[in-house]
Amino acid sequence: MNVDFHVVSQTLQLMWQGMAAVFVVMMIIYIMILALYIGTHKKG
Amino acid sequence: MDFLTEGILSITWQQVVMYVIGGLLIWLAVKKEMEPALLLPMGFGAILVNIPMSGVLTQTMEGAGQVEGIIDWLFEVGIHASEAMPLLLFIGIGAMIDFGPVLSNPKLLLFGAAAQFGVFLTITVASLLGFDLVDSAAIGIIGAADGPTSILVSLVLGSKYIGAIAVAAYSYMALVPIIQPFAIKLCTTKKERRIRMPYEPKSVSRMTRLLFPIGVTLVAGLVAPASVSLVGFLMFGNLIRECGVLENLSQTAQKELANLITLLLGITISASMKAESFINVQTVMIMALGVVAFVFDTMAGCMFAKIINLFSKNKINPMVGAAGISAFPMSSRVIQKMGLKEDPTNHLLMHAVGANVAGQIGSVIVGGVILGLVPGMLL
Repeated sequence: MNVDFHVVSQTLQLMWQGMAAVFVVMMIIYIMILALYIGTHKKG
Repeated sequence: MDFLTEGILSITWQQVVMYVIGGLLIWLAVKKEMEPALLLPMGFGAILVNIPMSGVLTQTMEGAGQVEGIIDWLFEVGIHASEAMPLLLFIGIGAMIDFGPVLSNPKLLLFGAAAQFGVFLTITVASLLGFDLVDSAAIGIIGAADGPTSILVSLVLGSKYIGAIAVAAYSYMALVPIIQPFAIKLCTTKKERRIRMPYEPKSVSRMTRLLFPIGVTLVAGLVAPASVSLVGFLMFGNLIRECGVLENLSQTAQKELANLITLLLGITISASMKAESFINVQTVMIMALGVVAFVFDTMAGCMFAKIINLFSKNKINPMVGAAGISAFPMSSRVIQKMGLKEDPTNHLLMHAVGANVAGQIGSVIVGGVILGLVPGMLL
């Protein structure tokens, strides 16, 4: 199998975009849980 | 009477190898109890589909025309046309998971993100071995340590290696107790593995548990829309569990639905284990890349915990970071066992479970992100 360096560069692009996207989603969920906690805690 | 020997005489050596592979999968399932619910049907299916002129496959018969085979039909309807089987399984998985540990310590969510690094690194390694972008992405997702996600992503992307990817995903999930300790020891010191983490859980209200699956679906769906089928079905199952008024449905999703789909999924996946497409160098490479993915996932989780420890007063045991791979609940059990081995009074289970369920969310999100990004790169 021949290495296609265009594909390799695409995977590197996928790596940084993908990891950034996963972290962004997880951070938003993290903030959402904190907001839920504060909201229900205040109410309680 | 030639028809009696026709089958025997037309067996190829590749089909014999597939019988051996099928037998090996059944042996691993029965003797070693490695993911038996999946590996046993897959092993038996590998034998079924490799019998010459097998009636379980669609074929053209003299005088009868095209005859539908049950396994080809199940694959076409249940997996290829609708992705129904892996998605329906997520309802059962969602109903089984208690997100309480991550809700009481949401910081652990970040480990579920960090441990997905192995997925992307494996994609790059696969491309360096000559796989194209679609196949590299499908191979990398083995590192999500989540069988249904691996099957779904490789299917939607149209990878040629779905059979090998499914076998690798399920085999290595069963090998987590061997792979993870090896990878953890590669990147941690004894002192780090002995770090104590006090467990001070915050109370989680019912409202939080109820709103969590809805909120996650909205967040993941709006930011990464391609992940919505994966995340949505996982969270739908969890909502049934947490709503408190659908106990019967929750039990059905956890038991009957999950068992039924698992039973059919294993044997249906074997449709992609035909000798002519399975016996090749690429399959061996995929099996090797699966180990790479699990090792790098584990190491990425550990390294992320070590980075956080540089800035944090309350130190995190790096092994907890390793539980950020999906492989639920096996990974958290491995971390608890390793923690107790280093220090018999250090209990890490609840922290590891939190990181592990975060990994479950992370794996479906990474699957959705790959499904969202890769097609755009192919244009």
